[in-house]
Amino acid sequence: MKRTIPLLITFIVGLIVISSEFIPHRPFSMINSTLENWYLSISGFAIVLGLLSLVQVNSSKVYHKAENWQYSLASLVSLVVIVIFGVLWGMEDQRGILGNGEAISAFIGKKPFDYLFDNGITPLSSTMFSLLAFFIASAAYRAFIIRSFESNLLMITAVIVILGRTSFGPMLTSWLPKSLSFLHLPNLTDFILTYPSSAAQRAILMSASLGIIGSSLRIIIGLERSYLGSDE
Amino acid sequence: MPNTESFFYMKTNRILYSIILLSLLNVCKMNAVHDTMVLDVPWDNGTALSIKIDYEPMWKHVILEKADSSGVFVPLSVFFEGQTEYIDSDVLANAKQIYRISAYTSDRKDSLIVVKGGVATEQWFYMGKLSMLILLVLICTAIMYFISLARRGKALFIRRINGLDSMDEAVGRATEKGKPILFIPGIGDLDDIQTIASLSILSHLAQRSAEYNTDIIVPCKYSMVMSAAREVVKEAYLKVGKPDAYKEQNIFYLTDDQFGYVAGIDGIMLREQPAANFFMGSFFAESLILAETGFSTGAIQTAGTAQAHQLPFFIVSCDYTLIGEELFAASAYLSNDPQQIGSLKGHDFGKVMLIVLTIAGVIFEILGLHGFKNFFTVG
Repeated sequence: MKRTIPLLITFIVGLIVISSEFIPHRPFSMINSTLENWYLSISGFAIVLGLLSLVQVNSSKVYHKAENWQYSLASLVSLVVIVIFGVLWGMEDQRGILGNGEAISAFIGKKPFDYLFDNGITPLSSTMFSLLAFFIASAAYRAFIIRSFESNLLMITAVIVILGRTSFGPMLTSWLPKSLSFLHLPNLTDFILTYPSSAAQRAILMSASLGIIGSSLRIIIGLERSYLGSDE
Repeated sequence: MPNTESFFYMKTNRILYSIILLSLLNVCKMNAVHDTMVLDVPWDNGTALSIKIDYEPMWKHVILEKADSSGVFVPLSVFFEGQTEYIDSDVLANAKQIYRISAYTSDRKDSLIVVKGGVATEQWFYMGKLSMLILLVLICTAIMYFISLARRGKALFIRRINGLDSMDEAVGRATEKGKPILFIPGIGDLDDIQTIASLSILSHLAQRSAEYNTDIIVPCKYSMVMSAAREVVKEAYLKVGKPDAYKEQNIFYLTDDQFGYVAGIDGIMLREQPAANFFMGSFFAESLILAETGFSTGAIQTAGTAQAHQLPFFIVSCDYTLIGEELFAASAYLSNDPQQIGSLKGHDFGKVMLIVLTIAGVIFEILGLHGFKNFFTVG
């Protein structure tokens, strides 16, 4: 029974959702948005679960003075501070239980929650994102080391695309006659991105779509059950 | 002194003549805009109307307006020269829509206004998706056929997928080193099929880690994913008969913020030094940050995603990468269930069909027959 009911629900809902893709008449046309709303409502409640997990895991580390417990303490303090600021003085246009905190806003320029968000979370996120530039450099170095014919090809293609996307690239091949304009670096870059690169990406997308169809069908007909926790 | 009576008589006559003349002129103008039709767009969900205007070239400026809920006409579009149709895709089903077409000559000395209405109704089938339905039915039939073949005991060949075969090796290495395994279910929520596929892989991995007494750490970006992952891992531990070894605190929620989540995982990688990292599911800009950090710790890394743009990053930084379809095939592949493996043969049929259709499409286009391409264009 523990397995049968979820499988039955999955089967019925799966069929309805597939039908709604091809039937534009109500109630089918409304089903997708209705189900999305249900999902949002449920995930709203699930946030409490996440919050509980966060507090439980980190407070346990702090309580038992586990290794690196200071990070957990920082997480808990950040969580409590931002929740208190949000509840007391609200965020953006929303009022908190103590109003808009005009006195504090006059002092720091914005609401405390927004101040922390703009000066704490946003710069930290940007820092993490900017790390990408360094990681791309190290990954590219490894990928472009010439070891085989394939890595040679990759290296040449990458150099063409990189040069073609900079202002230096057009300068390098600007002397080429019109009859050889296809060898002009920006044109060559466009060609690589429009044809071979797009073709490869579309092939991956098509095979992924087939995988999604197969996977969905296995789930709908109850052949694939491991997402329920057990395949029995 | 003019006779007052005859003056008024003449004035009235002039007004009458003017009205008759104006009416005649308007009839001529109406002929200049031959036909204006507001038609329901067929085979849709009743949210589009087609406004068709057949007008003489003398009207250089044709402006289309639509009455809002209070009856005030608001500009919708300006017809460019030669344009005869406008599709309004922002209408309510079964509600009358009023349109006003104002046409002007190039010198703006003459103008004409036509008001027309129409109702968009919902239909029972999207004709534009017929090709999609046919393809879906064919692929699903093929999958079902191969499942039934497998059910009847026919052995079906499936190529080896190194990334999946290496999972046991990765768990074994983690056991030898006494280090945990890190599993990242992507940054998609539970409504993402890639996340569902990753949870299926997690189930298999959790069973192996339970058998080898190795910890598995699963940081989650969404609470719903965390709840599902906890259930999956708990059941896996139960299945191998080690429910006591299950540690709920190892499957936890980190944050909804994309880069906050990445920072948290990077911290775990550097502090816990897991021996094996698994990145399975939906990934975006964070893919390379995660994979490169994992690479720097020396862990065996296996990634799988259907995000074509992230695959190169994983291929460069990970030991094994499941490309697109392989992520969805993983669960069936790992289950060793002949029926599930049979379903994978259905994918192969789909691939063959797509290749044939692509070649046919190229040939038809070269021959100048565009009907084939148009049939497969979903609209």
